[in-house]
Amino acid sequence: MADGILVKDLNAWFGTLHVLRDIGLAIAPKAVTAIIGPSGCGKSTFIRCLNRMHEVVPSARVSGTVLVEGANLYAPGVDPVEVRRKIGMVFQRANPFPTMSAFDNVAAGLRLAGMRNRAVLNDAVERALTHAALWDEVKDRLDKPGSSLSGGQQQRLCIARALAVEPEVMLMDEPCSALDPIATAKIEELILELRKDLTIVIVTHNMQQAARVSEATGFFLLGELVEFGVTRELFTNPRDKRTEDYITGRFG
Amino acid sequence: MSALTAGSALAVVLPLILLFGFLLHQGASAVNVDFFTRLPKPVGEAGGGMANAIVGSLILIALAGALGLPLGILGGVYLTESRDRRLPWLIRFVADVLNGVPSIVIGIFAYTVVVLPMRRFSALAGGVALAVIMLPIVLRTTEEMMRLVPASLREAALALGLPEWKVILRVVLPTARAGIITGVMVAIARVAGETAPLLFTAFGNRFWHQRLDQPIAALPLQIFAYAIAPYDDWHRQAWAGALVLIALVFLVSLAARIATRGRYSAVR
Repeated sequence: MADGILVKDLNAWFGTLHVLRDIGLAIAPKAVTAIIGPSGCGKSTFIRCLNRMHEVVPSARVSGTVLVEGANLYAPGVDPVEVRRKIGMVFQRANPFPTMSAFDNVAAGLRLAGMRNRAVLNDAVERALTHAALWDEVKDRLDKPGSSLSGGQQQRLCIARALAVEPEVMLMDEPCSALDPIATAKIEELILELRKDLTIVIVTHNMQQAARVSEATGFFLLGELVEFGVTRELFTNPRDKRTEDYITGRFG
Repeated sequence: MSALTAGSALAVVLPLILLFGFLLHQGASAVNVDFFTRLPKPVGEAGGGMANAIVGSLILIALAGALGLPLGILGGVYLTESRDRRLPWLIRFVADVLNGVPSIVIGIFAYTVVVLPMRRFSALAGGVALAVIMLPIVLRTTEEMMRLVPASLREAALALGLPEWKVILRVVLPTARAGIITGVMVAIARVAGETAPLLFTAFGNRFWHQRLDQPIAALPLQIFAYAIAPYDDWHRQAWAGALVLIALVFLVSLAARIATRGRYSAVR
């Protein structure tokens, strides 16, 4: 993962709606990159292009290049299923599988991929939950439904579920927008911990959050990448007038 | 207002309660061990039972289920998952029309495609007729229930790097399970009481059937035959048959609910 993720000429559409225009940026490995911007600016679409989830929606289309470890995700013959195994994703709303226990949720990625060895699964689940800072809170209720946990715990359960398949990159689509400040703080702490091993891209509505957790930040507006750079510089000394207007709260 | 709604709710279940009470009143006296273990007696002899019809009905339902459920559920999955627009639209339309086709017509269809080529009435033909009745119900319920599963669950599973068929099989279908089972129960209850399509397919049988390609007895047929006969004894047995039929549907629903009860099912 020395190369991080290199995005070149990325365009995306929903039907005839052009939602991303000529995006190009370099995401550093083992660091946190934040994507900010007003609603509908294409930031969610952008990270969904990084693990080929955009094309799951009917009529959605992508063009361009996304290089991960030098290999293009959109090269012909690349299996999106393999891409998604290496590039995990956490969504805005915690979405544990309602028919599964907490344990089964975390084990789902491995088990449904064919792993049956109970010891391996136990081990992977404990490791993922520990990694997601949830082990101590749920180790006695692993057989309870995942949906019986609190909102913040459910989101960390989803992070653990994504971690269990040992991805190299973690995409987070507004992971804290449905959480209270305490649960949010826990997730942010977790993000800072995870970046030691993973490349993280986080979409957030919350500019303070971007400032707190990320090394680099990209500002999206109307489907374009307006500015991309070191987080501190982008927030203290934006180069573009539109970025300045947005971060100072003049619109958005 | 709440009196009005409560009254309406009561009015809805009142027919069922009355029906059950009436059946109990008329039929309970003829329900005894013989009824479940004996074959029908010839006219004029007292006693006898409907053992063959009870077993026959169960076999017919099993046959219909074996044919109709896999097709209906897989078809429902197709209707939910297909990205094509025209073919699913057409299938939905045809299924809804099929749902409205009178069951006697479906009986004629089974007569034409199964009875005529085989040159005999048979349990198989009855099973095919009932399966055709079940199909649209199971198909549409499966589709509706799968649509109720939040897209976010599907996305979560896809984002774990699972192929689409596994996402459907291991995440979407289990989440929709309770709803699908309800649909299956409705379909079974519906066909368990069907009489018309069995008249010239399963045909009925006063004795035990030997093989599935022979005529077979069924409770609704037996009830029909006994109810239109001029003997008081048979009328009582017909009432008892109706009571047993309803109890059977009730028990099958209950058993299926218990047997397939998920630990945590989302859509109900």
